[in-house]
Amino acid sequence: MSAAYDRRGARGREPFHGRDRTRHWGRGHPTSEGPAPGVRTGDAPTGPLVRPYTITKGRTRPPTAGGRLDMITIVMAMGDHEGRPQDPERQEILDLCRRPISVAEISARLDIPLTVVRILLGDLIAQGDVRTRAAAPMTQLPEKKVLQAVLDGIRRL
Amino acid sequence: MASVDSENRTGAQEAIPQAVKIIVAGGFGAGKTTLVGAVSEITPLSTEEVMTEAGYGVDDLSGVEAKSTTTVALDFGRITINQDIVLYLFGTPGQDRFWFMWDELAEGALGAVVLADTRRLDTCFHAVDFFERRQVPFVVAVNRFDGATAYETDEVREALDISAHVPVLMADARERGSAKDVLVRLVTHVIDGRRPALSG
Repeated sequence: MSAAYDRRGARGREPFHGRDRTRHWGRGHPTSEGPAPGVRTGDAPTGPLVRPYTITKGRTRPPTAGGRLDMITIVMAMGDHEGRPQDPERQEILDLCRRPISVAEISARLDIPLTVVRILLGDLIAQGDVRTRAAAPMTQLPEKKVLQAVLDGIRRL
Repeated sequence: MASVDSENRTGAQEAIPQAVKIIVAGGFGAGKTTLVGAVSEITPLSTEEVMTEAGYGVDDLSGVEAKSTTTVALDFGRITINQDIVLYLFGTPGQDRFWFMWDELAEGALGAVVLADTRRLDTCFHAVDFFERRQVPFVVAVNRFDGATAYETDEVREALDISAHVPVLMADARERGSAKDVLVRLVTHVIDGRRPALSG
């Protein structure tokens, strides 16, 4: 299959099995279509658990039409909505958002799945309780000055 | 895809930093989270994405309680670059059955590190394929494992069949300095790729 790329026992060591460029994933890369054919979901916990969409009242999408929060969209609470009564989960999110924080980090710190955090944040955005800064869209490459700043920042580590 | 971004209408409020991300890919146990942890300013966190069998395309789950769900854990770390930029490092899910997360991870990524484990080199073939197809710039970091045979970077490059311009370097994911070198090499590679080609 991949003989052309195999190492031929150089210096008597175990050869690598090379990558075969001609190989492809059956009916195409499945990611944008949901789980691939053959993806098993049977490993998921099947016992009783708090269903993640309970706190969203069954909704699986944020209320903002067309908008989507990336994992690294940064969220920050508006200063002028302190004291407005919130559900416990939304209040916890607001507390975390006193400083800028990413959607993924909110999810991790509160141990709430990303999809659920997105919905709760959608509510908070709709209420004007938080503001956000989206990550650069895929079609728009990061600016050179951003890249240079990232390079400088990593070098300072 | 439309993004929620209210930054434009915030006026005098404190500026919100912009986030960028780098993906760390590789097979299960290749050292992805170790590398992230070596450079992250926070202990790596884990976030979960819940996928229902019904999938994306469903607005309301009422009445589908019997559908099973799959939980995918993603480990990530953070590096604050400056007041305006925060860098996130995301490890890919190790198991092949979580491929559906990769598109979301790759979206907007600055670049990727493919961690190669020479004891199981084939476990990173999929990652190399994916980033080539998506034209996400990447470097290959060969993680040194105790007891593993030492291979030259050229041997790894040949076995992975990657083009000459893709950097391949040796690394120790546990070492902050080594992990840092890998990231510096990646970002340099990304910047180089932006320059107009000198020929052709």
